[in-house]
Amino acid sequence: MALGIEASLGDSIVTTKLDAIVNWGRQYSLWPMVFGTACCAIEFMSAAASQHDISRFGAEVVRFSPRQADLMLVCGTISYKQAPILKRIYEQMPEPKWVVAMGACASSGGIYDNYCTVQGIDTVIPVDVYISGCPPRPEAVLDALIKIQEQIRTESVLVDRHKDFKGILD
Amino acid sequence: MNETLTDKLGVLFPDNRCRQVLDSIVMDVAPDTLVRTMERLKTYPDLGFTMLLDITAVDYLTYPEETSTRFKVVYVLRNWSRNWLLQVVVEVADPERGLPSVSTIWGAADWAEREVYDQYGIVFTGHPDLRRILNHWQFKGHPLRKDYDIRQGQICFETDSLEREIRARLATKGVDESTMRDINTEMMFLNLGPSHPATHGAIRIFTALDGETIMANVNEIGYLHRGFEKTAEHRTYNQVIPLTDRLNYCSALLNNIAYVKAVESWLGLEITERAMFMRVVLSEFFRIQDHLVCLAANLVDMGGLTNYWYLYNEKEASYDLISRLTGARLTSSFTRIGGMYRDFYEGWEADMEHQLAAIEKGVDDSLSLVLQNRIVHDRTQGTCLLPAETALSYGFTGPNLRASGVAFDLRKDNPYYHYDAFDFNVPVGSTGDIYDRIMVRFEEIFESIKIIRQAMKMIPDGDIFVFDHRYVLPPKEQVYNRIEGLANHFKLIFEGVKVSAGEWYDSFEAANGELGFYFVSDGSGRPYKLKVRPPCFYAMAGFHTMVEGEMIADAVINLGSINIIGGELDR
Ligand code: SF4
Repeated sequence: MALGIEASLGDSIVTTKLDAIVNWGRQYSLWPMVFGTACCAIEFMSAAASQHDISRFGAEVVRFSPRQADLMLVCGTISYKQAPILKRIYEQMPEPKWVVAMGACASSGGIYDNYCTVQGIDTVIPVDVYISGCPPRPEAVLDALIKIQEQIRTESVLVDRHKDFKGILD
Repeated sequence: MNETLTDKLGVLFPDNRCRQVLDSIVMDVAPDTLVRTMERLKTYPDLGFTMLLDITAVDYLTYPEETSTRFKVVYVLRNWSRNWLLQVVVEVADPERGLPSVSTIWGAADWAEREVYDQYGIVFTGHPDLRRILNHWQFKGHPLRKDYDIRQGQICFETDSLEREIRARLATKGVDESTMRDINTEMMFLNLGPSHPATHGAIRIFTALDGETIMANVNEIGYLHRGFEKTAEHRTYNQVIPLTDRLNYCSALLNNIAYVKAVESWLGLEITERAMFMRVVLSEFFRIQDHLVCLAANLVDMGGLTNYWYLYNEKEASYDLISRLTGARLTSSFTRIGGMYRDFYEGWEADMEHQLAAIEKGVDDSLSLVLQNRIVHDRTQGTCLLPAETALSYGFTGPNLRASGVAFDLRKDNPYYHYDAFDFNVPVGSTGDIYDRIMVRFEEIFESIKIIRQAMKMIPDGDIFVFDHRYVLPPKEQVYNRIEGLANHFKLIFEGVKVSAGEWYDSFEAANGELGFYFVSDGSGRPYKLKVRPPCFYAMAGFHTMVEGEMIADAVINLGSINIIGGELDR
């Protein structure tokens, strides 16, 4: 996650200032990659439509190409058949990246405790924020977005996140 | 009506036993005469079962009564113009040897048989491409068999390449390596999905392209297979209702209604007039919601983003009414066996009328952008044609089938809930192109509004529940004050509604077409087996016939026009 030159600067005043600027930029221009598989994706559509208007939070540039996105929103159930694709797409996103698990299914498998459903996507990829609900209301999506923004504010460009994550597919 | 069918079957197939179950005839057929019988059923003009609605199997391993074989396969057929429904039941002595395939007779059998193979491990000999469809290719065993543990998940490490399948598909079109060499070009393989903006969910569309033209197409589904059917076997009948929300989640209430209707038909439970009218109003309202989302997304695919705001905003505004009524925006779970969860709230009529007017306005606005729009016309007219015969053979139903000119609508052809008393039209298309599919949905929105307005005038006062405490929870004061009431309540909650043993199929005109449920009950409070006949599944099965020979960009809007909803497609 280090941008390059700052890695050699160490923990000095320069980097904390740099952190502040970079984080400010990252916070308010998150580009979501919507991994919408099921019902929750419909509620994401509502969050993006005019009434809830996700662009108020600077995250309306929805990218379907993972290479252009830094926020992955997993909206819906992930089956074992889908899991390798989820992982692959996550890996295609450039660092730094954040992940939101939207809804009961993405967080824990939800009502589908059975042979085909992954019991929470955090067994496959690292997750930063979970949203409860089946489906969560659009406001909850916005709330998660704000949580991610808060989290970004406290991060440092020097620290790599989730480097040692090991999931069921690793 | 069904007498004549029974007579005809009796004359033509004297050896086969027939009986009537609800509104369908059930006929037992021996495996060795299966193909011949099926051919006749389809081609004899007197019978004309042009549609194969569904194929499923039953595993009797833990069934309380002894059966002659462990597995049975059930084919559900329909002659839509005469409103005949026929179930052909075949015993399977040995799943490994299986049954002969009927995929040469109906296109729909191709995927349907694959599903039976995947879920039950019954082989269909002569099937062109028998492999798993819902579960991943690394899966071992067959989950719907009774001896498969519901929680035994299996990790998939890699996605199937599909290369063999697409080459086989190309070969059926007479294109192989040597043709490619002759014309000095190379076929390009292009994968859309399973995570792609055009797929509106998780479907994988794999194409072989010559330039931008699709030479061959194979599709892979199952990415949203959530084990609805296996899970339902572990729930009481009322507990299945929340699961049905998540089938076609764009119109959750329609599924709720379709499901309880199927259970009530078997129980012979007559719901109250008010409940019936409520169901009509809500079905039509949700049909509108479904069409709004479908059209909004479809027009976005075409580049008409403004339509998204016009149409989707009305859906969003409808949530006010829906959440006031049901307490939820999307997953309503609003029906119960024997009635509805709650009555309408006070003042719903005004809200509804307001919302209908808003929808009319939104749809009109959108139509004003579409109707005279040269770009829309050029892109949609004459592209991705679906001739009526192909549509019937693949089991298309609902708006997709009607766009091909077949005026089949269960609300007209097999009316329930007083649909015969309402004045409404069934819009049909002329050619079955994308334009027709879009327009049929636009028209249906107006027809549904018409029905709602009539139903709102006619809806009587009264109870929304039948007071039969074998099926419906007793009122709370009885539960709190009387021991019988308490016992009744506990029994219904813990054991579920007891449904007498039997096997039946019941169907409903959902937003996407015929939504059917095939039940096997062992007399307990939980379904022994519950199979959904999802309209999307069969539409997707016929997708390749529509897009081969067309441009890749048309495949994208075609997918939007047939309205594939993952939850229903993969269950
Ligand atoms: S959490 Fe609920 S609404 Fe969301 S995908 Fe799962 S079942 Fe659907």
